[in-house]
Amino acid sequence: MSLSVLLMILLLGGIAAWASERINADLPRWTSIATICIAILYLLATINNLGIENLKAIPDPANSSSWLIHEKTQWIPRFGIAFELAMDGLSLLLVTLTLFLGLVAVASSWVEIQFKTGFFQANILWTLAGVTGVFLALDLFLFFLFWEVMLIPMYLLIAIWGHEKKAYAAMKFFIFTQVSGLLMLLSIMVLVWQGNLANGVYSFSYFDLLSLQLDGKLGFFLMLGFFAAFTVKLPAFPVHTWLPDAHTQAPTAGSVLLAGILLKTGAYGLLRFAIPLFPEASMKFAPIAMGLGAAGVIYGAILAFAQSDFKRLVAYSSVSHMGFVLLGLYAWNSLALQGAVMQMIAHGVSTAALFMLAGALQHRLHTRDMHQMGGLWYNMPRMGACAMFFAIASLGLPGLGNFVAEFLILAGLFAVNPWITAIAALGLITAAIYSLWMMQLTFQGEPDKDRELQDFGFREMGTMAGLVVALIWLGLYPQPVLDLAQPVLDGLQTFIGTGSGFAGAGQ
Amino acid sequence: MNLIPLIPALPLFSAILLIVSAGRLPRNLVAILGAGSVGLSALCVASVAIGFLANEQIIQITLWTWMAVDNFTPGIAFYIDGLTIVMMSVITGVGFLIHLYSLEFMNEDESYSRYFAYMNLFVAAMLILVMADNLLLLYLGWEGVGVCSYLLVGFWYQDSDNGKAARKAFVVTRVGDTAMALGLFLLFTELGTLHIQSMMEAANAQWSVGDTLPLVATALLLGGAVGKSAQLPLHTWLPDAMAGPTPVSALIHAATMVTAGVYLIARTHELFLLAPATLEAVAWVGLFTLLLAAFTALAQNDIKRILAYSTISQIGYMFLALGVGAFSASVFHLMTHAFFKALLFLAAGAVIHCLHHEHNIFRMGGLRTRIPVVFWSFMIGSAALAALPFTSGFYSKDAILLSAWQQPGIGPWLWAGGLLGALLTAIYSFRLVFIVFFGEANTEPDKQPGWKMSIPLVILCAASVVGGWFVLPLSDVFPQADHSGVNHTVEYVSIATPVLGLLLAYLLFLGRQLDITAITESNLGKAVQKFCFNGWQIDGLYHNLLVRPFKGLAHWWRNEPIDYIYNAIIALSQWSHRGLSALQTGELRWYATTMVFGLVLLTVVMLRNAS
Repeated sequence: MSLSVLLMILLLGGIAAWASERINADLPRWTSIATICIAILYLLATINNLGIENLKAIPDPANSSSWLIHEKTQWIPRFGIAFELAMDGLSLLLVTLTLFLGLVAVASSWVEIQFKTGFFQANILWTLAGVTGVFLALDLFLFFLFWEVMLIPMYLLIAIWGHEKKAYAAMKFFIFTQVSGLLMLLSIMVLVWQGNLANGVYSFSYFDLLSLQLDGKLGFFLMLGFFAAFTVKLPAFPVHTWLPDAHTQAPTAGSVLLAGILLKTGAYGLLRFAIPLFPEASMKFAPIAMGLGAAGVIYGAILAFAQSDFKRLVAYSSVSHMGFVLLGLYAWNSLALQGAVMQMIAHGVSTAALFMLAGALQHRLHTRDMHQMGGLWYNMPRMGACAMFFAIASLGLPGLGNFVAEFLILAGLFAVNPWITAIAALGLITAAIYSLWMMQLTFQGEPDKDRELQDFGFREMGTMAGLVVALIWLGLYPQPVLDLAQPVLDGLQTFIGTGSGFAGAGQ
Repeated sequence: MNLIPLIPALPLFSAILLIVSAGRLPRNLVAILGAGSVGLSALCVASVAIGFLANEQIIQITLWTWMAVDNFTPGIAFYIDGLTIVMMSVITGVGFLIHLYSLEFMNEDESYSRYFAYMNLFVAAMLILVMADNLLLLYLGWEGVGVCSYLLVGFWYQDSDNGKAARKAFVVTRVGDTAMALGLFLLFTELGTLHIQSMMEAANAQWSVGDTLPLVATALLLGGAVGKSAQLPLHTWLPDAMAGPTPVSALIHAATMVTAGVYLIARTHELFLLAPATLEAVAWVGLFTLLLAAFTALAQNDIKRILAYSTISQIGYMFLALGVGAFSASVFHLMTHAFFKALLFLAAGAVIHCLHHEHNIFRMGGLRTRIPVVFWSFMIGSAALAALPFTSGFYSKDAILLSAWQQPGIGPWLWAGGLLGALLTAIYSFRLVFIVFFGEANTEPDKQPGWKMSIPLVILCAASVVGGWFVLPLSDVFPQADHSGVNHTVEYVSIATPVLGLLLAYLLFLGRQLDITAITESNLGKAVQKFCFNGWQIDGLYHNLLVRPFKGLAHWWRNEPIDYIYNAIIALSQWSHRGLSALQTGELRWYATTMVFGLVLLTVVMLRNAS
């Protein structure tokens, strides 16, 4: 059982999907589905081998042997670079989400993409591989490599299969992530150099660098480098502006992957690298980070309400929801951290569904402008019911996953900073405003009864049903997810030694 | 076998079944599922209630732990005491009658199945709200009923006005809900649990009367309560919510959901007792709301809006009762109000049903002989609403007024205000009866209500009369009130006032012995009428103060102001690119000249630095 096999399955599956187009234009989709299913089965088999006790054990972040899986092969020994992959409960959760949403992405492209299907599916699988790599790489050089590599297939998805302003959007996406990525690269280099000064050897390994615990000015600036890269990806206010363009222009599958999992790499990076590597600097920086989070929550919601483009609205709602993640991470106590992890997963599921709906609407109506919709419930009741469900999930109805996430984040944050909590809680009101407004413009109102529109069919309802069940399960019995993440979060908190949140420890 | 989990589960499963079947089930099956599930649930409640009344034993059941993070371990768990029994009985009992009524009322609607799906989901959420043993699960029910209310107000989605009313209902209550959520965070952070009983124990141990923290916590909970229960300043959504089908108004916007705020305060009354200032605020909120809504009800001409404002006003009485610590009286009025207001709404629905969707009372009239069942329902309902002696409303309102009188210091003021409200209530309710059922007929009914509509009316009539004699099992839940010390004059005045109101209404609207056209036709009279008709312009105030600025801000920012920064960077690099490339002309003479200049400049700088 090896994690690199998982990556290989996805990479080779991509090549196979590309090649299979020569045989039949429909084959790449099936190849994709098969590849992802194999990857999921492989992952399940791996977990099965681990045993339940191991999943419950609290790992020491700095001790690789206490992780669920750890594998290391020398790569460029001279600079201490290795092909080092490791998995704990957190990465397991996120890899599972990645593969699950991969299936959704393929399903959403089933009829939409008729042009170069092979290369399209290849890019989807390579994006999945890149993201999985990001979640598993524990050598900072390797991590950076995956971080950059996952951009390329995503860039291609937008630039080739995107909509009317695809070139602008793809370029904007690339430049934002590239520039911030370079800041992180600089930070990594300096960090490794500092490691060399302290230990006398070069090492890019997370486990070696974690013990450095740089503080002071240098630590602060290095932390900012990481913070920049991760918050651009998250995205946080005010570096979020690539997201609405990229989302709007991307093909449906691209939006699903972008919102569902690519954004989560930013949150994951903060939780895995930015905070544990520089705890003291992060502690000092926490109030600013939380302020940005709260600003994102409100700003995203207001702009979501202002949009008339369905996809842009959903994109801005992502900015708002990801603001909660930033709040949760920098509140840094068990409740808030669990909430942040939960938000990554629940938002992934609900937003994937909303983008799928957006894609389905665009496919049928050839427009994303909501002012040209209205009363669509009459024409397509099944699609309307799905949209209503996910709109309500996105506004945080208790009993669905998003509520558990946002409630835990805010409840944890309240102990740290009641005032920021109060501001962020306004997001609950604004979320209701834009979600219900979206429903009004699209599915409610006076219908055009002559419009011949095809309602969701078996394949689409099947995908939707999967997402609906996932959200209800996360909302009513989130314990399996919480139990997987808890040991990791406990380990991180013990390692940093701030169990009661940054603000509490800072005093 | 334990029936308690079945009580919310039956309507919930029925709702899921109806949603998943997506309207493909035959109508009969939908009817059996929709009404039957609530009926069965009511039977379960009855059986549980009988068991409870026999031994008064509090029942606690945990189905599973919802989530466990550190010491935050809310359960999907139920807590059944006397208060829960009362609430469950009202919800399933009145709920079943309204479902039965809906079978006929909604019979011609094409979205029959969707209607019952939403209604069942509502009943399930409302039951969870009152059965929850912790505030988080209560919040689930709380938001659940909010969503169902949204779905049902906007049930006829093809009319955008309905959608607007539905959104308004949800967003305005969400403002309150957000305050409540903050209250939950505060309570959890300070007391370490959201389990209601342990929380109140911890609060009594940790806090003393008048501390700041219970004050803030209860004020935040009160925010939630005024939102859901349509009290000042968050009452504006309820009159618009009448856009939904009338049985929905009867169930959600009269009998059950809008009383959730009353339930919340009653349930957590031990917290409120630690914060006397909040409790006094509750009383004043109730008083102002009941007066404002009563004045507004007098000026309306839409039959459902009159009833909506009267609901706001009656819940004001419940808040007044809570505020003076008369929790039992408040819950008692909640129950009797559920009976007679459901009755009035269903009767109003029957009027609307029989008169081709007519809402304006001035286009009705003379219906007394034409639809007698409905007339008698309205008479009994209005008598109870006006609290005429020996109706159920009389007993509950009387208890509230006496408790208000007994409140030290502010008591007489609260009592006098409540009394004025009672007078107005009698006037507006009989104004409605006299205009709709007496006098000239303006519209002829084209059908009569059938048995599915009549039976619920008859049963609710009976309940509205005898409901005042029910003894509620609340003695273990709340501190007991004692009215023995009250002056008899106060009691007599409290009884006489509604009768006086009835008399005034008769003189004004039926006998016409009192002619006030001179006053109403004057400029001032018209202005006052318009002011009252528009609900004291509060909607307009919110529109200008909140809605328009928000929309304006959103419109102003719609094209992403942050992008100006990034566009400036782009513009800067393009500009410098153009500037620099303009230097590369390809002319040797130009290059040579600039080189010489550069050398001279460098030399000067170096010389200066050297010296």
